[in-house]
Amino acid sequence: MSGAKQQLQAAWAICGKDLRAEFRTRYALSAIGLFALTTLTVVSFAVGPLFLEADLLSALLWVILFFAAMAGLSRTFVHEEEARTAPALRLAAPPVAVYLGKGLFNLVLLLLLEALIVPLFIAMMGLRVGNPGLFLLVLLLGDAGLAGVTTIVAAMVAQASARGALFTVLSFPLLLPLLIQCIEGARAALAGQSTATAAASLGVLVAYAVATGTASVMLFPAIWTEM
Amino acid sequence: MHRLVLQGIGKRYGRLRALQGVEAQVESGEVLVVAGRNGSGKSTLLRIIAGLTRPSSGTVLLYENGRILPPEERRCRIGLVAVDVALYGELSAWENLAFLARVRGRPLSPMEAQQLLASVGLAGREDDLVSTYSSGMRQRLKYACALLHQPPVLLLDEPSANLDAAGAQMVERILAQQRERGLVVLATNDPREVAWGDRVIRLGEESL
Repeated sequence: MSGAKQQLQAAWAICGKDLRAEFRTRYALSAIGLFALTTLTVVSFAVGPLFLEADLLSALLWVILFFAAMAGLSRTFVHEEEARTAPALRLAAPPVAVYLGKGLFNLVLLLLLEALIVPLFIAMMGLRVGNPGLFLLVLLLGDAGLAGVTTIVAAMVAQASARGALFTVLSFPLLLPLLIQCIEGARAALAGQSTATAAASLGVLVAYAVATGTASVMLFPAIWTEM
Repeated sequence: MHRLVLQGIGKRYGRLRALQGVEAQVESGEVLVVAGRNGSGKSTLLRIIAGLTRPSSGTVLLYENGRILPPEERRCRIGLVAVDVALYGELSAWENLAFLARVRGRPLSPMEAQQLLASVGLAGREDDLVSTYSSGMRQRLKYACALLHQPPVLLLDEPSANLDAAGAQMVERILAQQRERGLVVLATNDPREVAWGDRVIRLGEESL
């Protein structure tokens, strides 16, 4: 079996294991889902009656998604350390497979979160998405970047105390360029602009996902081994 | 044929010196016992050998038929049983084994898993969640997981911890089998287990 194929199979197995454990405990799903629902409810009561521009609405959507992600995406590594299962995983799995598997798991969590929150946001804010295709594309590319960066930051903070605070503090500056482009892309989609108009934002989102993903794959083996 | 060589292993945590200048070697068919008082660095040394912790100084070399294995290949040759290394409580014993086998690139058939679990005294409990296991059963399952890929290097930290008399006999049987397959490094304070060693190093004292 080739090395790359084995790593992908190992990554798939890690993602599958995490999903199975998550659907049995529902810890991360509950954390990010309830946080997002609560925030969405607060936002809809606060600004629901107002007529808001597309740029403000897209910013609100991504703020909700970002903080919901911060509430649960570190769980994938933190739980391994707290449950003392990380050494077994370190011994059994190639480091790159661990990063890819955990990143895939976080991506699935984000997609599940958005499947819940985005339709509710649209309904509660009385939105009409002018360009649904572009809207979905921005969400998917944003998720890819968000999952890639939060996964490696989660691996870094998992061995530290005060993990929750560190996770958000370290993630925010890294995710700021992504958030700005996501908000810009979503604004264009809500305003009904063509996909070509948002090409610059889409290009940055693709480049961000590729650059952070590549850097993470290269850095992860050093992070994953205990000092 | 495998040979494990420890050259001047040292480990510091800030100003705390956990290990200093540990030298040892062990070959296939032998058991190396690492003894020492609590806090002398036995578990740290095993983690360094496993590649889980970086040493502050020194080198771990694993020879396979005269060739030094790179760290990534060394990882694949090691099985570890330790009190502070847990298995997935949200998964069943069978799921734990199947998962670890898949990430190692050696898929496991249900028949093989049943045989492995039977060999550690867990027959009939393969579908139960590990979170429902007693501490002794978890320790037995750790042996099954460590032996899954038939490693030539078996690292045991307090090998009889949480085990009853039958479990201790199981450990002796596993040690005898491992001597035929490779080598064992065992960290313990128990004089009965120290007696299993062909070579003994005592941490916190002069090496023997």
